Amino acid sequence: MLNRIVGIALAVLGAIALSAFALHRQEPVNALWILTAAICVYLLGYRFYSAWIAARVLAVDPTRATPAERHDNGRDFVPTHRWIVFGHHFAAIAGPGPLVGPTLAAQFGYLPGTLWIMVGAVLGGCVQDMTILLLSTRRDGRSLGQMARDELGAFGGFAAIIGTLLIMIILIAVLGLVVVNAMKHSPWATSTVFATVPIAILVGFYLRRWRPGRVLEASLLGLALVLLAVFGGGWVDHNPALRGAFDVQALPLAGLVILYGWLAAILPVWLLLAPRDYLSTFLKLGTVGLLAIALIWMHPQIRMPAVTSFIDGSGPLFGGKLFPFVFITIACGAVSGFHALVSSGTTPKLIAREADVRLVGYGSMALESFVAIMAIIAATLLDPGVYFAINTGAGIVGSTAEAAVHTISSWGYPVTAEQMQHLAADMGESTLFARTGGAPSLAVGMASIFGSTFGRGLLSLWYHFAIMFEAVFILTTLDAGTRVGRFMLQDLLGNVWRPLGRTSWYPSVLLSSALVVAGWGYFLYIGVIDPNGGVNILWPLFGIANQMLAAIALCVATGILVKSGKARYALVTFLPLAWLALITTTAAWQKLTSPDVRIGFFAAANDLAAKLAAGVLPAAKAAAAPQLIFNQRLDAWLTLFFLAVVWFVIADMVRVSIRSLRGLPVLNSSEVPHQLSRLPS
Amino acid sequence: MMAGLRSAWRGRIVAGWHWLRRATGDDAYERYLEHHTLKHPGQVPLSREAFYRESLNRKWSGVSRCC
Repeated sequence: MLNRIVGIALAVLGAIALSAFALHRQEPVNALWILTAAICVYLLGYRFYSAWIAARVLAVDPTRATPAERHDNGRDFVPTHRWIVFGHHFAAIAGPGPLVGPTLAAQFGYLPGTLWIMVGAVLGGCVQDMTILLLSTRRDGRSLGQMARDELGAFGGFAAIIGTLLIMIILIAVLGLVVVNAMKHSPWATSTVFATVPIAILVGFYLRRWRPGRVLEASLLGLALVLLAVFGGGWVDHNPALRGAFDVQALPLAGLVILYGWLAAILPVWLLLAPRDYLSTFLKLGTVGLLAIALIWMHPQIRMPAVTSFIDGSGPLFGGKLFPFVFITIACGAVSGFHALVSSGTTPKLIAREADVRLVGYGSMALESFVAIMAIIAATLLDPGVYFAINTGAGIVGSTAEAAVHTISSWGYPVTAEQMQHLAADMGESTLFARTGGAPSLAVGMASIFGSTFGRGLLSLWYHFAIMFEAVFILTTLDAGTRVGRFMLQDLLGNVWRPLGRTSWYPSVLLSSALVVAGWGYFLYIGVIDPNGGVNILWPLFGIANQMLAAIALCVATGILVKSGKARYALVTFLPLAWLALITTTAAWQKLTSPDVRIGFFAAANDLAAKLAAGVLPAAKAAAAPQLIFNQRLDAWLTLFFLAVVWFVIADMVRVSIRSLRGLPVLNSSEVPHQLSRLPS
Repeated sequence: MMAGLRSAWRGRIVAGWHWLRRATGDDAYERYLEHHTLKHPGQVPLSREAFYRESLNRKWSGVSRCC
């Protein structure tokens, strides 16, 4: 009874909050309405939808022993309290994606992105994470690729591995680009981010040599040093000699990031990767919590209109209409295929009881989605003119301040050069024009939230704290991704020549790491030389790839549900799958065939080739043109490849499902038979 | 009365501290030793350093961080 009353109260409050910001168009809306609506939607989804899925669709069984109980070895298989698993799982899935995607999608206005983040998470992303987590828990924690191979067939497994590897490469490239764009010509940001490397190494030595495994004290030490580095960056910025040394162009910065990625992948994990991860996890959880408190305390007005004119496809951050590109751009904040890899990796080995998948799988994703909501609020509380001035590349608005403010104001979002200069001075930067990639505008948004809550005088410190926070966890994803990519590549290369598959054979480690780094390094390099900022090309490509990986995961889930006689309930995963197939196919198709040079890869390549042949390009652009042309064509083929892989997996799933429904033989279920749980309840 | 209140608070702080150590993995080695003495009595357990190194290698050979 109480449950019902709470449910009805949540539904009413959520409906009021939703209509307050979704239907009200005249005056600026308060962010508190968005936060309230989001929290109500997540709680309702968690309380009712996830409970229904757990009971009916997945038939979660409290008497069934989980792998953590059956294989309990005190190491990787350990039955763990559900709130602790929740924390670990959230720390693993929360990355920079839900910060960058919503920031970019804000070009359509605050409404489309906000709605998709809520709806997509509750009906798609959370369901995917929870379902894959349970399926993997019932299969001894097997990976998505293994489950695809066991349940659908060899092809499905192969597609999942290749898809993951390629997505990883695109993801790392775009994240590297975000970091480079945040650091270029910013001595403060560059010196602070550089300082995090020796700090991580120091923490690494502490944890390995001096006080092995004392995670808490080492992390606190590292955290204090990292905060000191933010202050130190301000000092560097005010020191004329050092200032020059850390005022670096984008291209050399990209070179350093590439070198760093390679070193991080070949060095032992205790030295750089693991300690950096401890730092970034603490920073991430702390900052997310702080941001939530500050947002509620400040409850800012949203300045961006609900919907902008750019839904027609003419947006300056990236080309393409609202449908399908808002869904592609938001990506991780609503549905992330990558989460399926974590949900079928470390986490299932910690789950003590099957019923915990609700909190861990569904709950963590709901929280991740809430982070995306905070990111879109941080982007849309800026003056729209300022938002566009920061996020639009010089190739679109012109390279001088006058040209940029003139163009942006002509779109109907007034902004002045003085306003931008004043803002840059407040943030301790020389300029904020054309700082594409999302990180700087998010940092400005976060700085103004923290600044008005905890003291305005510290704006420049808050700005660089936010940049450091984003950079630290982007670099962690970059290290970890390169390493995982290396393992996958070694696995594949091992089929060609066996010694290459040995993960401890140093020549193979060096070679495969170099290959993975070269893969993302290439896309990063092209992104840096692209006059439009590069993010406009790479982010949609990443979004398409990530959503396609989610489609593959949902295919595996749907296939397993149908095979286990739950065809009626398979709609729970099939409908999100159908939607993802629709948006990714539409987006990929437009990227391939659109005659608009800002959307179509081939159109852009052909247009640039024609201009180059006609000799109408300025010398600097003409020099980079051949590489850009090649890259646009490569991106097109890559998109086509992704599309083919996804549709092959879907076809495979449909084939297996139809055979199963007709009673024809299919691969046996790889589910581990029921064993009675002996854990005290 | 005051003493009871004080010890209740102390209990809470101790519980919070245990919780924090558990959540961050700070007590992973102690828990491993506990498990080891229970399940494999008589065998020599890994040293603190070896356990830490091994747990890192295990953690970082799969996908444990996302976008």
